[in-house]
Amino acid sequence: MAADEKAKELAFKPMDQFNVEPFFGDGPVGIFTVTNATFWMALSILCVIGLLVLGTRGRAIIPNRVQSIAELAYGFIYKMVEDVSGKDGVKYFPYIMTLFIFIVFSNFLGLLPMAFTTTSHIAVTAVLAMLVWVSVTILGFVLHGFGFLKLFWLESAPLALRPILMVIEVISYFVRPVSHSIRLAGNMMAGHAVIKVFAAFAPMILISAGIGVVVTPLSILAITAIFALEVLVAFIQAYVFAILTCVYLKDALHPSH
Amino acid sequence: MTGDIVQMGAYIGAGLACTGMGGAAVGVGHVVGNYISGALRNPSAAAGQTATMFIGIAFAEALGIFSFLVALLLMFAV
Repeated sequence: MAADEKAKELAFKPMDQFNVEPFFGDGPVGIFTVTNATFWMALSILCVIGLLVLGTRGRAIIPNRVQSIAELAYGFIYKMVEDVSGKDGVKYFPYIMTLFIFIVFSNFLGLLPMAFTTTSHIAVTAVLAMLVWVSVTILGFVLHGFGFLKLFWLESAPLALRPILMVIEVISYFVRPVSHSIRLAGNMMAGHAVIKVFAAFAPMILISAGIGVVVTPLSILAITAIFALEVLVAFIQAYVFAILTCVYLKDALHPSH
Repeated sequence: MTGDIVQMGAYIGAGLACTGMGGAAVGVGHVVGNYISGALRNPSAAAGQTATMFIGIAFAEALGIFSFLVALLLMFAV
């Protein structure tokens, strides 16, 4: 049997799930090719529209379930922006809400079996993070002019330390888009790769019954546990991305402290 | 024993890079542990500091993610 022959060796291909492939047929991938990445991204945007536009269309006084979820998400992010960025930051709430809800849906849709996690690609998260970084920097210069550079000149530190701290601050400022994007992509990629590694151990019982009796149930248990962790991580990373955007926004709004 | 010595070096380097994740684990544990101990002393102030804890976790974790990335680059890109 062909299936039996295939199962004779463990297939360790934890990174294959991140391959970008054309969704229809096998042609080359161009700019306008519909790939699995674009498909899952479009799906997550459709889910966002379904939740936030269609869900709140009724505007019922007593909300139904979908409207309650949409209102909860809205209130949660609104409170976060207000707490972290201050009252001035509320003006930029729509952008942060957009980022959060898009990342949350991409992460959760990526957890479906056979799904493609769009946020596991640094190309996707780097665009999101670079947009945040560039717009926040421009905002800082527009609001404060060259006073924005006070962000790097810590008035509270002793004078002798300030040049050294300035170098550190400048470096950390320029590392922001890198860490911001790699944190999200790395977390999603790592979790999915670990699940796939355990999934490769799961058919061990087909190869050798002796070891398989121990390894197969253990690895299935591990997949379940790591999947539960991944559900948590999917939410927390979207939250962290949004909250760091708020922190960067606060720096642009109030650079002097 | 056959193979490419460059690839061997890359794999050893990938394994060594993963030790950085241990540092991230220590850092995240430290942040959360201190948050919990502070929260148990003054539970009324805890809710307001959850966001700060997540920011701290994010910064501590980023460096572990960097080492993971270095490992991945060594395995698949170099």
